[in-house]
Amino acid sequence: MGVFDFANPTRFMNFSARVLPWLWGLAALVLAVGLYMAFFTAPQDYQQGNTVRIMFIHVPAAWLAMFAYALIATSSIGTLVWRHPLADVSARAAAPIGAAFTFLALVTGSLWGKPMWGTWWEWDARLTSVLILFLMYLGLIALWRAFDDPGRGARIVAVLALVGAVNLPIIKFSVDWWNTLHQPASVFRFDGPTIHPTILWPLLVMALGATLLFVALHIAAMRNEVLRRRLRSMQARAARSTIAARAVA
Amino acid sequence: MSTFQLRGDGLACVRGGRVVFEELGFEVPGGTALALRGANGVGKSSLLRLIAGLVRPTAGQLTLEGGDPELPIGEQAHYLGHLDAIKPALSVAENLDFWARFLGTGEPPHIDAALDAVGLGILAGLPARTLSAGQRRRLALARVVAVKRPLWLLDEPTSALDSDGQARLFELIANHLAGGGMIVIATHTDLPLATRTLRLEVAA
Amino acid sequence: MTAFNALMARELRLAIRLGGGAMMAVIFFLTVVTLIPFAVGPDLNLLARIGPALLWIGVLLSNLLALDRMFQADQEDGSLDLMLMAPLPMELSVVAKVIASWLTTGLPLTLSAPLFGMMLNMPPEALGAVVLTLLAGTPGLTCVGAIGAALTVALRRGGLLMAILVMPLMIPILIFGISATGAAITGPTPFMTPFLVLLGLSLGAFVLAPVAAAAAIRFGLE
Repeated sequence: MGVFDFANPTRFMNFSARVLPWLWGLAALVLAVGLYMAFFTAPQDYQQGNTVRIMFIHVPAAWLAMFAYALIATSSIGTLVWRHPLADVSARAAAPIGAAFTFLALVTGSLWGKPMWGTWWEWDARLTSVLILFLMYLGLIALWRAFDDPGRGARIVAVLALVGAVNLPIIKFSVDWWNTLHQPASVFRFDGPTIHPTILWPLLVMALGATLLFVALHIAAMRNEVLRRRLRSMQARAARSTIAARAVA
Repeated sequence: MSTFQLRGDGLACVRGGRVVFEELGFEVPGGTALALRGANGVGKSSLLRLIAGLVRPTAGQLTLEGGDPELPIGEQAHYLGHLDAIKPALSVAENLDFWARFLGTGEPPHIDAALDAVGLGILAGLPARTLSAGQRRRLALARVVAVKRPLWLLDEPTSALDSDGQARLFELIANHLAGGGMIVIATHTDLPLATRTLRLEVAA
Repeated sequence: MTAFNALMARELRLAIRLGGGAMMAVIFFLTVVTLIPFAVGPDLNLLARIGPALLWIGVLLSNLLALDRMFQADQEDGSLDLMLMAPLPMELSVVAKVIASWLTTGLPLTLSAPLFGMMLNMPPEALGAVVLTLLAGTPGLTCVGAIGAALTVALRRGGLLMAILVMPLMIPILIFGISATGAAITGPTPFMTPFLVLLGLSLGAFVLAPVAAAAAIRFGLE
């Protein structure tokens, strides 16, 4: 099988099988510590009370929402430039997970907004940007699903991912501009120095834990995708052998 | 233009995770035709699209000796696929005129001569929507005649053509070969001309 | 340039012969504008206030609908295959099609906007502002739409999907188009700032779209 060797994916499968259990364990441990800190060591906010603790989910989710898109964009460059088979697998595996974290950021933002603003949804600059990011994730996933042949769709979706990556800063800038015209400043503001260490540390631990969780999920999803493709090519080979058999008979 | 030669070495095509063909090699010297034969789904159309540059080979090399090294092979080849690339809202002449200008390299196109060659001369002013399937095929063939390119890639060119149309097609093919051109043709019908044959088979 | 001009001429001729693109988009636009008073009530003051937004949204949607088949028709009849084998780079073919599409859809929509704006009780200076911003913004909308049309060219039913892919990318143009219009009518912000950004967005889209669309078409036809 000169052309169709899975040398790289095979190495990836062996390596990931060994690493994955450790990653799951580490993610669970760090998340447990982070959650403990978030609920028990971090103080209440003098204004927001206990609702401020939503932040410990919201901020890591928002961070991973952006991280996952950056990962998809980077993988897309790999798909377009080097045509590396794992690059597309990586992008495709990251999309639903990224969308899930984006959705989590939206929901927690909305939950946080209720006591703060008195409404479930506020057209605040950050929340709106996250919503647009969510729409772009859904677009990516929808386009992937529209191609029945994953190899063919891969590079087309990569083009979309890169167009989106070019556009995201512009969208962010536009939404901020739009927001300053219509709205007062956002309450989701974390200017580094003003955050007290008792809040910062749990936040960092939670962010690390969530990132570990993301990496574990991503690798697991990549493994599934590789297996799915192997199955697909086996099916294709089986279909071909029946054609041959009929041609002989 | 007698020094042309199209060569394929170790060509492979993978589509949808399955190998359509691999380790495929062939030579088409100027003035000869290569007939692609084989069962349905064996990769004849894929090979033609690959030579046309529409599908990238997964492995292997294609070279056109004697051609313009600056240009991709696709720009030195005509591709007559299953679709005729005809706009029903334009007239027969307008359709041909567009492709001649769009695919050509600047010389004024010989629309009338090309239409006469395929027997559509008297229909030039009619909207293309009135053409029958066979006449559409002839119009597509006129495009191949109107713009000079050394390599013709023909995918089932005889489909929908009547006996007169087929006779004209074979005459045009013979003229093209006599002028030193190359032809790769995928077909199930027997051709009334000498060809080399590349038989594609399903690998066990 | 022969090939470029030939393609533009063909696109324009097709658009006029078929009458589909331009007229249909304008009629759709009129229909959208007609629906609005039924939704918000025939309050002329309210309509005048939200008029620029309605016109912009109407143009955005009408333009999008007309762009859906920009490459699809050529893909279905095999023309797109031949375009990839032409001496003219696919990027320039996209440019020719974008320009032709704007001339036959974006421009008529823009020119019909003031007429429909009068039905919404918009004052003359607001009508002028909308036309000016639409002139600057619709080329950008067409370019972004071309990317979407190219991404979905290989799919048999790409219409709705294309809209989903493309509309988030149109948000910046919408924001700055509306904000320049607002600045021209009521202030207080200066007009030129958002207007120049709008022009910049359209120019940026004009640079990005041919590259992205041509790449998507090449991959789509494989």
